[in-house]
Amino acid sequence: MSSKIKILVPVKRVIDAALKPRINKAQTGVESKGVKFSINPFDDIAVEEAIKIRKANKKLVDSIHAVSIGPTKAQDVLRIALAKGADTSSLVNVGEANVEPLAVSKILQKLQAKHESNLIIMGKQAIDDDSNQTGQLLAGLLGWSQATNASKVTVNEDLTVEVEREIDGGVETIKSKLPLIITTDLRLNEPKFVTLPKMMKAKKKPLEVLKADDLGVDIENRLEVLKIEEPPARKAGVKVENVDQLVQKLKELKAI
Amino acid sequence: MSSLRLATSSANRATCRVLKSSVRPTFLSASTLLSTFQTLSSIKPTSASAPISRSVRSYSTANDVKLTSESYPNLERNKDFAKLSDADIEAFKQILGGNASGVITNSDDLLFFNEDWMRKYKGQSQLCLKPKTTEQVSQILKYCNDHKLAVVPQGGNTGLVGGSIPVFDEIVLSLSNMNSVRSFDNVSGILKVDAGVVLETADMYLAEQGFIFPLDLGAKGSCHVGGNVATNAGGLRLLRFGSLHGSVLGLEVVLPDGTIVNSMDALRKDNTGYDLKQLFIGSEGTLGIITGVSILCPARPKAVNIAFLGVESYEAVQETFKKAKNELSEILSAFEFMDRSSQVLAAHMIKQSHPLAQDEEPDSTGVSQPPEYPFYVLIETSGSNKDHDDAKLESFLENVMEDGTVSDGTVSQDESQLRTLWRWREGIAEASNQFGGVYKYDVSLPLPVLYELVEAVKVRLAEHDLISFDDASKPVVDAVGYGHVGDGNLHLNVSVRGYNKDVEKVLEPFVYEWIQEHKGSISAEHGLGFQKKNYVGYTKSDVEIKLIKDLKKHYDPNGIMNPYKYI
Repeated sequence: MSSKIKILVPVKRVIDAALKPRINKAQTGVESKGVKFSINPFDDIAVEEAIKIRKANKKLVDSIHAVSIGPTKAQDVLRIALAKGADTSSLVNVGEANVEPLAVSKILQKLQAKHESNLIIMGKQAIDDDSNQTGQLLAGLLGWSQATNASKVTVNEDLTVEVEREIDGGVETIKSKLPLIITTDLRLNEPKFVTLPKMMKAKKKPLEVLKADDLGVDIENRLEVLKIEEPPARKAGVKVENVDQLVQKLKELKAI
Repeated sequence: MSSLRLATSSANRATCRVLKSSVRPTFLSASTLLSTFQTLSSIKPTSASAPISRSVRSYSTANDVKLTSESYPNLERNKDFAKLSDADIEAFKQILGGNASGVITNSDDLLFFNEDWMRKYKGQSQLCLKPKTTEQVSQILKYCNDHKLAVVPQGGNTGLVGGSIPVFDEIVLSLSNMNSVRSFDNVSGILKVDAGVVLETADMYLAEQGFIFPLDLGAKGSCHVGGNVATNAGGLRLLRFGSLHGSVLGLEVVLPDGTIVNSMDALRKDNTGYDLKQLFIGSEGTLGIITGVSILCPARPKAVNIAFLGVESYEAVQETFKKAKNELSEILSAFEFMDRSSQVLAAHMIKQSHPLAQDEEPDSTGVSQPPEYPFYVLIETSGSNKDHDDAKLESFLENVMEDGTVSDGTVSQDESQLRTLWRWREGIAEASNQFGGVYKYDVSLPLPVLYELVEAVKVRLAEHDLISFDDASKPVVDAVGYGHVGDGNLHLNVSVRGYNKDVEKVLEPFVYEWIQEHKGSISAEHGLGFQKKNYVGYTKSDVEIKLIKDLKKHYDPNGIMNPYKYI
C-alpha cells in the first residue's frame, strides 16, 4: 500500500430527496419521467467529507476519484462531484437498469483495483431503495475494515482513521488502519453550495465512461419486484365536542 | 435523523412564520400533506386555524405590545359607533347557529386577533366572529350596519401595515372558517375558492393538478387568498404572472349593508359594464368583505432553477437585470436583490453558512458572516423543459461571470438547495424583526435611484446618533434594503431593538418626502392599512383622493368597514 491516501467516492443519481415519489401505472416501480433527479444526499455528504479530509491533510491525500453507476444523465451528478473538488471521475453506464447492491459492490471492487484506492467514502444508503448494503458488501468483497454511519471522521498523521458512529446507545468511536470503507450519515457534515467558477472548471476535469462488461461484472438482477404500492392513506381524525362524546366514541370502537 | 422544518408547512400558525434554521432535508415534501386530503371540498389548511389560547409568541422578542390607541393618543374613537352589548353577542350567536367556537369573547383568545404580525399594533376588540358561510357574513354585516357597529375583516393577519387588526373595539370578522376549495377546471385553469383558504394550501392543491397559483409571498403558510386579493398582494412572481388585478376573474363580496355581490362565474373575457371586482381588489376591507375568489391559474413550470449571485455594486444589479431579461427572457420568473446588511441580519436568524460562503466558519453562537459582496441577486427561472432552461441559464451565467458583471454565484442543484436559497431572501423580513421590532417601508422608485433611499436613511439615522449594530444603547440595529427590484419595488427595513417614537420621528415624514421628491409610491404592495393612512397625499393627487372618498361614502355610508385606516 502506498503511503498516500487515494480516495474513491461513489455517488448515485436519485430522485430529488425533497420531492414526493409517485408509483408508475404498472405498479412495478417509481415514476421517473419528467421528475427532477439529483445527487443522493448521503453521497453529497461523502464528497464533502472527502474534500474536507484533503483540506485537513494536504500532504496525505493523493487523489479523489468519483464514480457513478447509472444512466448517461448520471454525468450531471459526477460534474457536481468534480465541481466540489474531486479530481477525476468515471461513469459506469448501465442505461436504465436498476442495479442491485451486490452488483454495485462488485463494480466498485473492480474500480478500487483499477485506481488502487485505499479509502472509500460513500453514503450509507441511497434514498430510493434505502438498502444500506453496498458499503458493507463491498467491505466483505475486499476484506477491508468498515466504519458505517459515520458522524465524524478524523484522519491521523500515521494514516489511521478515527470514526465516530451514532448507535442506539450513544456514540461509538472506532479506530482503524487503512484500507477502510466509511459510509456517511447525515450529521457528518453540511454540504456547501457549489460556486460558479468551480462549476465552470469542472467541465474540463476528466470524466471517463465505462460499461459493466468492460469491468467483467454481470449486473443482471437476482431479485424480482412483484409489486410496489403506496402506504394506505391516513384517515382523517374525528373531533369530539366533550369528554362524554369521547367516551362514547371509544366505546363504539371497542377501545374501552 | 434530524429534520428540516419546511418553513412553509407546519401544523400551527405560530411556527408557520418562524423560518427555523434547517439542517437536513426530510425525504418527504410539503406535498405529502396532500395525501391526507380526500375530496375537493374538504381541504382543510393545516395552518389557517390558529391555536387560540397560545400566549407564547415566537416572532419578536418584545414581551408586550402597546395598544395602538396609547401609541397614538391623538386618535379618537368615532363616537357614532355603538358599543358592543350582550344583546349584540346573543344576536351573533343566533346568526352563527349556536356554533360556540365561532363567537370568541375570551380576552386571551382575542390576543391573536388584536395584534398584528409585527407586534407593532394592538387593538381592543372584545369580539371575534368566525362565520362558516357567505350567508352568515351577510347577516353579520347587515346587523352591524343597522346597529352602527364597526367591523374589521381579517384573513391570515399577516399584513404589514396594521390594516388587519382593530384600533379600538371594532369587531373582528375572521374568514378562517371559510376555507374550502369550491372547484377547479383543469382545462381553463380557473380555480374557485373560499376567501379563507390559505395561499400555500391553494398552491399545493394546484400542484397536484399540474398548475400553480399566480401569487407567491413569504407569508404563504398563513395568509388567506381573500386577504391577498383585498390587499392586491404583489409578491415574488409578479414579474412573471402579473398582478391580481389581471389574474382574478371574479369575486364574491358582501357589501356593508349585507348585499352579496357575486361574480364568481365570470369567464376569462367579459366586457359587459364597469369591471366592479377591480374596486374590491386592493380595497383592504374598506368597501366590503371578500368571501370567494375565482382566479386564473397558469400551468405549473416543470423546471425551476435558482441562481444566487454576488455583485459589486447597485449598478451591477441593474446591469445583471438587463442582461437577464435579454438572455433568459421568457423563462425569467423572479428577480430579487438584497444588500449585504440584509444578509447579515438573515445570518443571525438562519444560523447556517451563507450560500456563497466558502470557508467562513460560524462563530460560537452559530452565526456566520456572509461574504463581502455589497449586493446579492436572486434569479429564478421557470419553464417547461429542464434541458432548455439549464442551457439558457448556464450560458447567461457564463457570460455575466466572464464580463465581470457578476463576481460569484451558485445555482441550486436540487430542491432542498432551491428552498435554502429562497430562505435567504424570504427570511429577511423576519430577520429584521428579531431584535425587537422593525419599521418597514415598501416603496416603488425609479430603478436608477432605488437604493439611494436606503443610503439616505442610513446617513440620517447616523446623523441623529440612533444607529449601531453592536452598541445596544442605540435603538436602531441597522437599515437594510432588498426587494423585487425587477418590479422597481424596494423594501426598506429599519431593524430596531424596540419601537421608539424618536426613531419614528426621524424616519417619518423624511422617507415619504424623499419618495415624493423622486416620484415614487409610498406603498408599492403592502397597502395603506393603518400605518400609511395619512401619507396617501405623497403619491396620489387631491382629485384622486376625493374620488376614492366619494366611493367609500357611497358604499359604506356609516363607515363601519375597517375604520381609521386606508384614506
